[in-house]
Amino acid sequence: MTSYIIRRVLWGVLLLVVVLALLFVLFRILPTADPAKLRAGRLQSPKIIAEIRADLGLNKSLPAQFWLYLKGILFHFNLGYSYYSNAPVKELIFDRLPATLSLVLGGAVVWLVGGLTVGIISARRAGTILDRATMGSALVLVSAPEYWLGLLMLFFFAQDIGKWHIFPGAGSYVPITSDPTKWFTSLIMPWLVVAAGTAAIYARLIRGSLLETMGEDYIRTARAKGLSERRVVLRHGMRSAVTPIVTVLGIDIAVLIGSSVLVETVFLIPGIGRLNYVAITHSDYPIVEGTVLFASMVVIIANILVDIAYAFLDPRVRYS
Amino acid sequence: MSTPAANAAAPERAETGPSGEPLLRVEDLRVEFHTEDGVVHAVDGITYQVHRGRTLGIVGESGSGKTVASMTTLGLTRSENAHISGRLLFEGKDLATASEDELRRVRGNDIAMIFQDPLSSLHPFFKVGNQMIEAVRTHREVSKKEARAHAVELLGLVGIPDPERRVDQYPHEFSGGMRQRVMIAMALSNEPKLLIADEPTTALDVTVQAQILALLERLQRELEMAIVIITHDLGVVAEMADDIAVMYAGRIVETAPARVMFAGPQHPYAWGLLKSIPSLGGTRKESLVPIPGMPPSLINRPSGCHFHPRCPYALPDHARIDPALQPTPGAPEHHVACLLEAEVRRRLWRELSEGRTPQEARAAAGLPPERP
Repeated sequence: MTSYIIRRVLWGVLLLVVVLALLFVLFRILPTADPAKLRAGRLQSPKIIAEIRADLGLNKSLPAQFWLYLKGILFHFNLGYSYYSNAPVKELIFDRLPATLSLVLGGAVVWLVGGLTVGIISARRAGTILDRATMGSALVLVSAPEYWLGLLMLFFFAQDIGKWHIFPGAGSYVPITSDPTKWFTSLIMPWLVVAAGTAAIYARLIRGSLLETMGEDYIRTARAKGLSERRVVLRHGMRSAVTPIVTVLGIDIAVLIGSSVLVETVFLIPGIGRLNYVAITHSDYPIVEGTVLFASMVVIIANILVDIAYAFLDPRVRYS
Repeated sequence: MSTPAANAAAPERAETGPSGEPLLRVEDLRVEFHTEDGVVHAVDGITYQVHRGRTLGIVGESGSGKTVASMTTLGLTRSENAHISGRLLFEGKDLATASEDELRRVRGNDIAMIFQDPLSSLHPFFKVGNQMIEAVRTHREVSKKEARAHAVELLGLVGIPDPERRVDQYPHEFSGGMRQRVMIAMALSNEPKLLIADEPTTALDVTVQAQILALLERLQRELEMAIVIITHDLGVVAEMADDIAVMYAGRIVETAPARVMFAGPQHPYAWGLLKSIPSLGGTRKESLVPIPGMPPSLINRPSGCHFHPRCPYALPDHARIDPALQPTPGAPEHHVACLLEAEVRRRLWRELSEGRTPQEARAAAGLPPERP
């Protein structure tokens, strides 16, 4: 097991370097504005631009730039500095992390509770009108784009612009440390929007998984033991049915941490997604690379954790 | 649990007949499933009895309804599209009309069941001991510690070495035979009065089969429980059963005490089953005669005698007349549902036992040749 984990971690590091290289090349090949020119602002004389270029290291060859960048990350975990504000990218990311974590983890709780409940009920009532109705609405929710759902929510329920003034609207986010109640209420709508699509997917997943499990021989054994139907479903059935869910849950959370751009933008939550979005529009390479690297790292770590968790969830799995 | 007195008191098989009120009396049980393709007549009016401490063997091919019949006893076939009628009297109480709660108290307690495939019948994610502890604690108010001690004791009883260590292992750490032993141990948790064993040895290899059957027989003697053993394997019933019921297409077509059945089977289907198993004692020339064709669909069953399309001795009338289960002349315990004359059947079986083919036997018994 230990050697398996070490092997997985080493592979993860290698994967990160590859991601980084791809990213590095990609953003320098794509036709974007010249960051030196952007930074020069109104004082655009060739001399100033050349100076800025030298300053940012943009006049070095691509491999040399890449090596400098890689060296900084590998030896000092230095993600570089913003072309614009000179702020260290690492700090920018960690400043934004609490907002993104609040959004994603809270959303995960909502979609897990919602998805599991609906999934179990649907599976137990498979084929009925209730089942068809919930699975039908799940399909609609899966297909609805997040930003559209977000805008609809704001349009109907936001305290400032909504038809009914129920929840705090866009831009109301405050850190949990400054005002927990306000933090909570401001995130209700974003959580629902983040969770909607995923909850629908989980409901369908759990429904299928539970239906399949309930046909297993060991469920018949559990019934033959005289267990109550509730215990048969919730303990024997769900124990097997949630295992695949745990796998996707880890990955889903990780992916969302790196890519909650749309919801953060709609609700003006100062998270990593927004940081990334703004950086892209400004060709601020270090921030873009930093956030994408961070997101990839979270996904890779989540993958390793999920594989390890699986060994504990399913006693038949033993890595060697 | 095992006392010499209990052993001594165990009745000598087939010597003493059943006495008193049967433990389980199944009367005219019918189970139909309404599906998109039509109504499946899985069990079509069967009647049988199981007496305390005795073994009933239910024999038949796959799809003959034998598993559905016994699952129904425990209410495990209940569903919206299942239609169940008839009576299932267990110690005088009708399980067919019992509430789900009443049934639940019987399941795994008074009546326990073990299944065909031990590899998939245990929950892969729970320790063997915990699954057994759950079985006990569902029906008895005992502490986890007591239940665990009981589980260890039971694992020892069914012949699992080092039960103290094995009780904390997962099912995948056991072999197939050992897992079936675990299933049996779990079924015995609450000292059931009736054990239903559904093809308990089918998924196991032959040497393990013999061990499991011997184990069941030993436990039956020690615990004085009744057993219903469901199988397609006549070897298994020959070894274990006191009484035999042969099922075909959802019905019992022949039933008799085991020794009577093996001395002179009456139904052509039973002959087919007997002639299609190889015997070690027989000569190598003695050829196996398989039953032609496939078990019929239980949605569109053949007219008349359900077996007539596969029966080598069928007469034209048999496609029209539906035979009832009736006692055979001279043997009131031996019932058969066959349209052939008793005399003709005796003659056919004699010819078959002497190694003739069904066609030769048919001619010798004076029946007109089969139409092509």
